[in-house]
Amino acid sequence: MLMTIAAFLQGAIKQGIPLLLGSTGEIITEKSGHLNLGIPGIMYVGGISGVVGAFFYENAMGDAMNPFLAVLIPLVCSLVGSTLMALIYSFLTVTLRANQNVTGLALTTFGTGIGTFFGGSLAKLANSETASVSFNRTSQYFSATLPFAQDWGFIGKVFFSYGFLAYLAVIIALVSAWVLKKTKVGLHLRAVGESPATADAAGINVTAYKYAATCIGGAIAGLGGLYYVVDYAKVWSSNGFGDRGWLAIALVIFALWRPDLGTLGSFLFGGLYIVYLYIPGLNRSTQALFTMLPYLVTIIVLVSVSIRKKRENQPPASLGLSYFREER
Amino acid sequence: MRKDTSVQPVKKAHEPFVHITKRGELVWWRAWLIRAGALILAMLLCGLVTVMITDLRPMDVYVALFNGNFGPEVDTWVVFRDMAILLCISLAVTPAFKMRFWNIGAEGQVLMGGLASAACMIYIKDAVPNWLLLLIMLAASLAVGALWAAIPAICKAKWETNETLFTLMMNYIATQLIAFLTIFWERPKGSGTIGVINQMSEAGWMPSLFGNRYVLCIIIVAALTVAMFIYLRYSKQGYEISVVGESENTARYIGINVGRVIVRTMILSGAICGLAGFLLVGGIDHTITTTTAGGQGFTAIMVSWLAKFNPIFMSLTAFLITFLQKGAQQIATGFRLDPSFSDILTGIILFFIIGCEFFIHYKLNFRTAQKEEK
Repeated sequence: MLMTIAAFLQGAIKQGIPLLLGSTGEIITEKSGHLNLGIPGIMYVGGISGVVGAFFYENAMGDAMNPFLAVLIPLVCSLVGSTLMALIYSFLTVTLRANQNVTGLALTTFGTGIGTFFGGSLAKLANSETASVSFNRTSQYFSATLPFAQDWGFIGKVFFSYGFLAYLAVIIALVSAWVLKKTKVGLHLRAVGESPATADAAGINVTAYKYAATCIGGAIAGLGGLYYVVDYAKVWSSNGFGDRGWLAIALVIFALWRPDLGTLGSFLFGGLYIVYLYIPGLNRSTQALFTMLPYLVTIIVLVSVSIRKKRENQPPASLGLSYFREER
Repeated sequence: MRKDTSVQPVKKAHEPFVHITKRGELVWWRAWLIRAGALILAMLLCGLVTVMITDLRPMDVYVALFNGNFGPEVDTWVVFRDMAILLCISLAVTPAFKMRFWNIGAEGQVLMGGLASAACMIYIKDAVPNWLLLLIMLAASLAVGALWAAIPAICKAKWETNETLFTLMMNYIATQLIAFLTIFWERPKGSGTIGVINQMSEAGWMPSLFGNRYVLCIIIVAALTVAMFIYLRYSKQGYEISVVGESENTARYIGINVGRVIVRTMILSGAICGLAGFLLVGGIDHTITTTTAGGQGFTAIMVSWLAKFNPIFMSLTAFLITFLQKGAQQIATGFRLDPSFSDILTGIILFFIIGCEFFIHYKLNFRTAQKEEK
């Protein structure tokens, strides 16, 4: 019984980590006043860029892989890929002041297109019949756990059985929560998202903050895609990532724009994703209803927050609006 | 430490390299010239990408794009059918957008409309004459689509709930509902799909017109395009929509009940999405899956926005996107590339057209030009 609970918690957390990274990235972006609906596309690109790096390094080196480089190369590729995507978004919405919803959706079309296209092409290169790419050694390094995780029973399984990216995700979330709430940079960023004109008048470089927030947010979200592919799934298959990107955006609302709450929320969403496996008497059809739960819960949170109108729980005031200094 | 962020060191009167100012109204032909220029640049880049990936010669890329739509191997009716569906969904989201209500839940509203049609086909079968069944399906689809859109609209009107996020979430609830009912209705058991409904009796299938199965679909959407143009341009309700979109305060001041306009417009928007679902299930697929809408609910948002919410231009932008996707798919099959190649090209085109709006609304004044003025 205890081990079943441990397995459930472990599964929930593993499912939750990509959502956590995605939502932390989106929160940072939204705090600058930009609703980036391109996050699902960015996460796809983050995943596929890592896969491309891993695939070519693995094929080039064969057995002589250096564990350090085997982790570093996919990591850097993923960060570069997702930052470039975020740069496209911020150039269009910050500099060219384009409509954020349309730009974000276009970015998602583009990103998922890139992901599926290069994934499919790699599968052809690898002569795989199942249209999937595997990179066993790289994912071994990524999902390596602490050596004593096996021996510590319940505690080991729930707390120590993850690859380093999972811990990194939680650390990133907690650090961003601290930065947003306690530091001057965080205060400035929130000011930019609430009222860019006021921030501008106070001498804050609005454009720089918007660019930085979008790019850092994009890079973090891209890590979510990377974690899903190299650690969780250990194989790239088109459509494997599914709608996790949108779920990450849902999580932003559920967590009331606070990354620290996002950690708990992501594990809850992850749990809802797999809970049907653990409840006896459920079949395939009820599984679909359970997968609906995260979205339903998010809507309830969204509506109740808007009814209560508590000031600290609201979305950033200028979310979705472009800023032009000379506009009245 | 304190200085570097909060207090900027005072420099000599520094002139920025470019100074951006807002333009007044640009002459319409210059605006379209800018858009056409962006489109040509985007097509050149698309051609370049295609040449890099395949070994086509540059000019052949465009020939291949054209052949994907009008070549001998393809059924051009299918191209127009897909364009009609995309246009229908784009028309659906338009009144809401004009009101600055970001309905990105078209995907879910289409799915729910399709679901209603499919349910009628499954349960009523040939108990009633086909024309009556089609009417029942149509009514059910419109009602369910409208309901799916009305829920976020009521919350927006009452409590200012963020509609972008709400409608987005409704998409996935619709998807999961269909996943659930697919297994409930699946035939044969265990296949995970519903299969073609009423294959033998063809009950609830839209009739062929002039010997083609898709003509009726296309005619309906064409009529809808004209109707929507007249509704937005000449009706009182269309006027109310544009006032609410321009400024809610103005609307309140001149005595428009903003909440009522929001809910009424979203019901219209959702009902037309439901119509698209009806056309997809009754006229084209004769089945329902979670991918029946196929992301067109999102593409439609861009189509509508590119056309500046004008239904007549929208038929052009819908054609452009469909043309591009069909053509790119043809290139992808021809070179045994992944079909998502078309998404990459669509993305590139969209980025350029989205970006070019900046040059229509803003003017760049370079430093040298300013000095001459002094």
